[in-house]
Amino acid sequence: MIDLTVVWAIIIGIAITAYVVMDGFDLGIGMLFPLLEPGADRDRAMNSIAPVWDGNETWLVMGGGGLLAAFPLAYAIILPALYAPLTAMLLGLVLRGVAFEFRWRDPAHRKAWDIAFPLGSAVATLAQGITLGALLQGIHVEGRAYAGGWWDWLSPFSLLTGVGLVIGYSLLGACWLNWKTDGALQDKAVRYAGRLGTALLAAIGAVSLATLTLDAQYYHRWLAYPGIFATALVPLATLAVTALFYRSLARRQHAGPFLWALGLFGLCLVGLGISIWPYVIPARVTIWEAAAPLRSQVFMLIGAGIMLPIILLYTGWAYWVFRGKVGHEGYH
Amino acid sequence: MTALLLARAQFAFVVSFHFLFPAFSIGLASYLAVLEGLWLRTGRGVYANLYRYWLKIFAVVFAMGVVSGIVMSYQFGTNWSVFSDKAGPVIGPLMAYEVLTAFFLEAGFLGVMLFGINKVGKGLHFTATLAVAIGTFISAFWILAVNSWMQTPVGYEIGANGQFLPGPSWAAIILSPSLPYRLVHTVLAAYLTTAFAVGGVGAWHLLKDRANPGARKMFSMAMWMAALVAPIQILAGDAHGLNTLEHQPIKVLAMEGDYRPSPAGAPLVLFGFPDSEAGKVNAELAVPKMGSLILKHDPNAPLPGLTDYPRDQWPPVPIVFWAFRIMVGLGFAMFGLGLWSLAARMRRKLYDWPWLHRAALVMGPAGFVAVIAGWVVTEVGRQPFTIYGLLRTADSAAPLAAPAVASSLLAFVLTYFVVFGMGIWYLLKLMHKPPEAHETMLDGTPTRSAGVTPAPAVLEGGAS
Repeated sequence: MIDLTVVWAIIIGIAITAYVVMDGFDLGIGMLFPLLEPGADRDRAMNSIAPVWDGNETWLVMGGGGLLAAFPLAYAIILPALYAPLTAMLLGLVLRGVAFEFRWRDPAHRKAWDIAFPLGSAVATLAQGITLGALLQGIHVEGRAYAGGWWDWLSPFSLLTGVGLVIGYSLLGACWLNWKTDGALQDKAVRYAGRLGTALLAAIGAVSLATLTLDAQYYHRWLAYPGIFATALVPLATLAVTALFYRSLARRQHAGPFLWALGLFGLCLVGLGISIWPYVIPARVTIWEAAAPLRSQVFMLIGAGIMLPIILLYTGWAYWVFRGKVGHEGYH
Repeated sequence: MTALLLARAQFAFVVSFHFLFPAFSIGLASYLAVLEGLWLRTGRGVYANLYRYWLKIFAVVFAMGVVSGIVMSYQFGTNWSVFSDKAGPVIGPLMAYEVLTAFFLEAGFLGVMLFGINKVGKGLHFTATLAVAIGTFISAFWILAVNSWMQTPVGYEIGANGQFLPGPSWAAIILSPSLPYRLVHTVLAAYLTTAFAVGGVGAWHLLKDRANPGARKMFSMAMWMAALVAPIQILAGDAHGLNTLEHQPIKVLAMEGDYRPSPAGAPLVLFGFPDSEAGKVNAELAVPKMGSLILKHDPNAPLPGLTDYPRDQWPPVPIVFWAFRIMVGLGFAMFGLGLWSLAARMRRKLYDWPWLHRAALVMGPAGFVAVIAGWVVTEVGRQPFTIYGLLRTADSAAPLAAPAVASSLLAFVLTYFVVFGMGIWYLLKLMHKPPEAHETMLDGTPTRSAGVTPAPAVLEGGAS
């Protein structure tokens, strides 16, 4: 008998991965935006994501909605615990989301929306990173509810994960621009990607080491003998993928650096899984304690089983329609 | 101010703001599908131009709907975590289905609909428009299924930990007793909202230039919708009311302002000021027996009063009472305008009757007001429960301190007023511009990519 709770944990994991893969680069472009020349460069950067950002953010709704549906107790504890960063994230997403349309509506207002776009992107990213850190450092739970204070999420560690994610998404954004643009803008993107890659490696190292000191469970999970022979593969693979990323960048490949950067994110998510499995709220609530009843799991699994492949199919098609480099024409 | 009241204020604020956009985009997506379909069938440029005119408006509306919608999907957890924990196993899967079958569909095809006109063929582009329109409808279905279950909960079991758990039949949960009525009433409301917005814009441009072909066409289409759908909506609303009387009699009595029981037939209170402390409607203006005639289709049928039910199960009566009158009043005004337009059509004065155009202009925002009023009737009318009769609002809120909720409420209010205030200003700017014979696509459209040969510009229709 397959354990549907595990299946649903994997599906939520896939949704979060899909979100990071797809929305990471478009939030990253938001954060790189102030560094791009006003005018054609900014317009091209924006247009490289305009047709897809809405679909990308839908994965965030899938993550939140899926958590409510599959692990309602986790949803009910985590969201109040991260009240301030999540509210900031939502408001950031509001600001940047409307900027896609609003910046075209009135030339006199464009400057303002060109500030709102990076500001919202940065706030949303920082808040997501802080959320991750706050989860890892532990949440105070009593009974079926959050029982901590309103600033518990704020710590040097959560700020570190926040900054780490800002660097990571910016790297994805730079790699996306390398893929989707040409000329001077692409050259600039390559330079940024080179610097951000090193910064991300440093951030990954710092977060990893800090995580080991947070909780004995993390320490044992990673460093106990003989498991260390398996877990050590993750940092080794991270170094290898970083090397491949830089090789690809040096060869001026277009898609390559983006894919390798995604590889780095994938390894971070694997590491995250090693740290917290089988908890949904680390060291407090396991996936089985938080899981929805079997009937809910089965009903949703039918829907997810049918719909997710179809969704991936037409999402892929939508990306394919807008494939290739973003051109210069069509701007007013 | 307690944390509970602040949390309620926050939910009311973010959901009301959010609801304005889907109410418009559900109707507008269908309208765009009709326009594109008509263009493909007839080849007439006026339809292509109207499509492009309203597509620009749709893009802004949809963006605001998306971002305010993401807020909603987290609001349940941040502010109503106890409700989420308890009801999650039942309503969570319905919301997951909304994401899986609707949100992705809309978002996936939106990019092609907005920007893909020169990249895919006519047929595929029309498919994208249809997919977005169908997506908005599917989304309405699921979220109204959730709302209806909260209003008329059935098919659940109570778990040992106090959670609501799904019973053996998901169909029973999804198709709860109020869903069919609520779905029809709400979707028609979205269509009417769009029809009056389109009609108002058409009227505005007819007042300035009654020869503008785009303005004539959109005004005529909108007035057909008003004339045909407004009466259907009144019947649907009546049926919804009877359904509510069966399942939530207290809500209907609050709508009607019936504090005392009426054993010999209830009056229809047209006007007055409900006073729940005194248990009566002050300055009441009422038609005897009409209330029973409407609700029971029999002037002498007895009806209970609010005083027949425990005081702690009453909603805030004045709010429900007044919101109901605003909604119904606007519904009949819409019906009246529809009739007027029919008369104008018969006298061949549809485009040449400035007073009709002025009235349509004034009625332009009527749908939005009616939709919010109707939402207030049904949601405030559900109080003091989140899950009607089973879970009290006071027992649903997250364990939050008042300052935390107050700060986030303030942040939402400031951001929404600035962001959506500007958005509505841009919408009015777009609407202020008359539809032209060579309407452009969206500004900033990534029309083509280097290295990809664009297909002939498909929707570059001729003069109208």
